[in-house]
This record gives sequence, structure tokens and C-alpha cells, in this order.
Amino acid sequence: MAIDVRKPGLATSVQDAGRPGYYNLGIPLSGALDQQSLLLANLLVGNDAGAAVIECTLLGPELQFDAPATVAVTGAEARVKVNGAEVPRNESFSVQAGDTLSFDFMKLGARMCIAVAGGIDVPVVLGSRSTYGLGAFGGFKGRKLMAGDKLSIGSASPSARAGKSAPSELLPPLGKEVELRVLPGLYFHRLQEVSMRSFFADTWTVGSEADRIGYRYKNGTPLKFVERTPPFGAGADPSNIVDAGYPYGSIQVPGGREPIILHRDAVSGGGYAMVGTVISADMDLIAQMQPNHKARFVEVDMAGALAARADKRQRLGRLRAALAA
Amino acid sequence: MTNSKNVKDTEELDSVPAKARYTFGGDEHLFIEVSEAMSLPAFFKGMAICTELQRRALPGVTEICPANAALLVRFDPDVIAPDALLQTLQSIEAGLGDGALHLQTRIIEIPVLYNDPWTHETQMRFRERHQDPTSTDIEYAARINGHASVDEFIAAHSGAPWFVSMVGFVAGLPFLFQMVERERQIEVPKYLSPRTDTPKLTLGHGGCFSCIYSVRGAGGYQMFGVTPAPIFDPAQRLSYFKDLMVFFQPGDIVKWKPIDRAEYDRQIAEVEAGTYALRIVPVSFSLKEFLADPDGYNQQLLKVLHGN
Repeated sequence: MAIDVRKPGLATSVQDAGRPGYYNLGIPLSGALDQQSLLLANLLVGNDAGAAVIECTLLGPELQFDAPATVAVTGAEARVKVNGAEVPRNESFSVQAGDTLSFDFMKLGARMCIAVAGGIDVPVVLGSRSTYGLGAFGGFKGRKLMAGDKLSIGSASPSARAGKSAPSELLPPLGKEVELRVLPGLYFHRLQEVSMRSFFADTWTVGSEADRIGYRYKNGTPLKFVERTPPFGAGADPSNIVDAGYPYGSIQVPGGREPIILHRDAVSGGGYAMVGTVISADMDLIAQMQPNHKARFVEVDMAGALAARADKRQRLGRLRAALAA
Repeated sequence: MTNSKNVKDTEELDSVPAKARYTFGGDEHLFIEVSEAMSLPAFFKGMAICTELQRRALPGVTEICPANAALLVRFDPDVIAPDALLQTLQSIEAGLGDGALHLQTRIIEIPVLYNDPWTHETQMRFRERHQDPTSTDIEYAARINGHASVDEFIAAHSGAPWFVSMVGFVAGLPFLFQMVERERQIEVPKYLSPRTDTPKLTLGHGGCFSCIYSVRGAGGYQMFGVTPAPIFDPAQRLSYFKDLMVFFQPGDIVKWKPIDRAEYDRQIAEVEAGTYALRIVPVSFSLKEFLADPDGYNQQLLKVLHGN
């Protein structure tokens, strides 16, 4: 069975749980930006937790099925339609041969995962089916989906059925104002004290450059770095460092102006000082931010980061248990 | 190679702080800054820490990424506690012996068409973003580095070999640091504002690093030329991609070989025929011996490269 991409949407690609292990060669993790929505979508249609799904951004695609299938859509809030009639989000439903799945513009949140029972069957590259756009490999032909593409589907599990839904209390919250917890560190000490304070006090706005590589934030007070004699090889600007590795979630501030948080298609390194890192538990929240949504950075220490991580793991455990049947 | 007893390496070795700086990047990364400044000893120390960490194969350590004068370790804190990893790395650092000064690696000859037409065309499209719109990138780099001519600059750039000190930014892109004294290092600023286009396989330079752009795209480095040799290929068409779609590894030694247009075209034809190969020779490198006599040591390396 196959899916015919009638319209691609704004930025739609095949993604799974990601491709760890090659960051030392500049090949990033990739995978669905909102991993909780990936997990939920797959569990709803009886797939393995890390099966490949279609991830879409702001405006979803129009997809036609050539055979019956069980489908689930999770993540952002938008009307989901089969042949023009609304179907529920966060609940599995059936489509018949010839049916068309389409979406309205996302009202809250920025990304949806579309899981099909059996998973999207594209070749596994370096252990993953995820698309890595900059490297032009993985996913469907190493790129975003385009009109006319045909996606193969794997074999559905016998447990796949319509009408399976997630307990609403286990769904992640969607909002236009988000708090992102940040562990200060890396080159935080190179900020002037006034900027250490303003970074956490200000409200920042998602700019137009917000994609799978990273999210740029604006409208906060520009950050000032401590002046110094540039170390050999670092570059003249006080925000420069000798090129080094960038953690996922790390926040760099070129020229002190606009913080950029790297996400799962991160450039793996570069020459800008990073002032801290968004904790792993909050990375999914970034994936659901639209341009002009607002963020505050909330300082946490390592104990706080680990507690948040444990809390999230527990929630995901409850989600798995609730959908195990 | 000779076991030199008369080592005048103290200045460069001492420029690396005795202890690295450790800092966590969220709950999944430990970042280790060996030195704020770039130098071969700093790169070597970072590589040595990476090598030992790799050898220990600690459960929970998922990515080990050396980069110039730093390294980045990604870990799963549900498997290894952040503080336990920190202590392990600190003890690895404290226990580095002379092994940190040796590297089993390979030396590779990379042909370069300097002053090629494609990067020239690209430079002209982005001239207003350049420090000196009336020069080409290579003319500008030659002048500010005190070279009398572009030819003299090319001789300096391609004369002494380079270390791959990091692979990344995007897939398979090598950063390279020339194996010469600091006074002879080529330094240029990046473009005032990054270009939106760079030809694939452009030889670029920014700060003290050269690079080869593995994919076409944005870039801020000055552009000196282009190589016919593919360095990143997801389809793995050439023999040297047999194991992996990425060719370069940190620690590789590279010697640029200037070629002319006719030779470039000949090599491109080989690439297209799928018969293209690079000169790649295994070599062992000693930092102490190198620092004692960089030019003499580099001559030895080039003999190894050319099999004599």
C-alpha cells in the first residue's frame, strides 16, 4: 500500500526516533522534533515507538491512500479531515482506499506527527529512516516531501485498530507562551552580569528563522559579553570562540543579539559562544512554538534538570501503559 | 622517525592550560574546553581524551565529538550520572601520559584548483559582503598575510600539511589547522555577512582554519579554490566511501596539491566514471618530534606520503 502526496504542506518530511552516533562527523540526530508526539502517534496505531511517521509544520499536507489504513495524528492543534469531514486528533481512525487526509492551518502548536499503522517504509540510512535535509539523505530521497511523491507503508500490526485514544491528562500542553528551562553553562561566564540577569528576566519572541536546525528568538535585551583579547583562532567578536561542538538545545548568541537554540537537525559545531542549554525535558516544547510565540528562559540547576527528566519519563511511562492494550 | 632528545616544545605545550574546563550542556552533554586558544597541543590533548573515553566504552556515553581545542560528550543520564561521567573524564585527563602525544593516523593528498572560475563567480555575486570588494578573496588573504603575490600565498597554503581538527558543522565538513608555527599561520576574517551560496567542494578559510564545504550552501569563509575530490557522498559511489558516506576523520593529515584546470577536468572525469581514488598512506605522528623541528618533520611526512 502507498500514500500519494497530493500537496506537500509547508515543510513535511519523514522522521522517526532519530539517528544517534554520528554527531562527531557532523551528522545530527534528526528525528521528529516533538518526540512525545511521535511516541503517542505510533502507540495509537500499534506501531513500534520509534517507527517512521510524517512530520508536518504549520500547514499539513494533503495525502491520498490507495488502500485501507489505520492512522493517527498528534501534536499541534488543527482540524484534521478525511474527505473534508473532521476526524479526531490524538485518536486512531480508519481510512479507505481513495480517501484523502487533509489539514487546516495549525492554530496552536507548530508540528504534527501523522502515523500510519505499519510505519512509513523508506530505506534505513545509518540506523534511521529520518530525513536529514542539509546532508540530503534519509527519509524520502533525502528531502522534504513534494507533490507527486509516493510513500510506501510497512505491514501493520494485528493490534492496529481505529478508536484508540490517549487520556487527555497525558497530552502535552500547547500554549503561545512557554517557559523553557535552561541550565546555564558552557560560555555563560563570558556574559556581563547585567546580561546574565536580563537573559532570564526578558520575554523572548520566536523569530521567522525557526526550523528543524534551530529556533531564533528576538525582542530581548541584547547580551553583552565581557571584553577580552581574542584567544588565537577565536575571531574578533567577543561572542566568538574557537569553533567547538554544539550540544542539542544549546543557546548561542551571535554578536550578542538574538539567541538561537539548536534542535535535532543542529549544525554540529561552530564559532559562537553558547550561554546555556535547554534541558532535555523541554525540547519537545520548542518544536511546538510558532513564530511570534513567546518564551521565557527559566534557570535550573542539574538536580532540577534531572528531576524534570524523571518526571517526563514517568509521564511517558503512563502513556505507554495506557495505550498498551 | 628519530627520537629527538633536544625538544624545544615547551612554549607551545605550556600554552595549553594544565587542566581543562568542564561544563555541562544541559542534562545530556558534557563540554570540555581544553584551551580557549587553538594550538596543536590543545587539539592533541582533546583527541587523547576522546580516544581513551572511546576505549573504555562506558555504558550511557552515546557520542564523543572532538573539535579543535575542545570536545563534546553526549550521554544518557539515566544510565550514567553526570557527576560520575565528569569524574571519569577528569581522571582520564589526569592520567594522560605520553600516549597523548602520539597519533596513528593517515596522510592524504587533496588536489586543489586554486583561483577556480566557480568560486570566483560566487565571490563576485557577494562582493558587497566582503572586507575588500576590489580584491578577490585569495588576493585579499595573500595581502593581509604579508605575501608578495597570490602564487607565494598558494605556496605557503599548500607547502606544509594540515591536521583535520574537527569534522562537522554539516555532514562531513573538515576543519583543518596548518602544521606550522603560530607566526606562519594564515589568518583571515570571515565575510562581513555570510553568503547564501558556496559551491560544493570549495576550499575555504576563516580565522586560522581551512575547510572543505561538503555540501553547497551558506558560508562565511574566504574562498580560495575547489577540489575535484568528493568528500561526502550518501550514495557511497567511490572506493574510499566503502565504509562510510563521510571521508574525513579528526586526526587525518592533509597535504594540498595545487593542480591546473586540465588536471582538474581529468580528475572530474574519473570521479564521474567512478574510478577516482585518492593517495592515502598510514602514518604515525609524534607531537614532540614535530614541535622540535616542524619543517624537518613535515618533510618526513611528505616522504611517507610519496612512498620514499
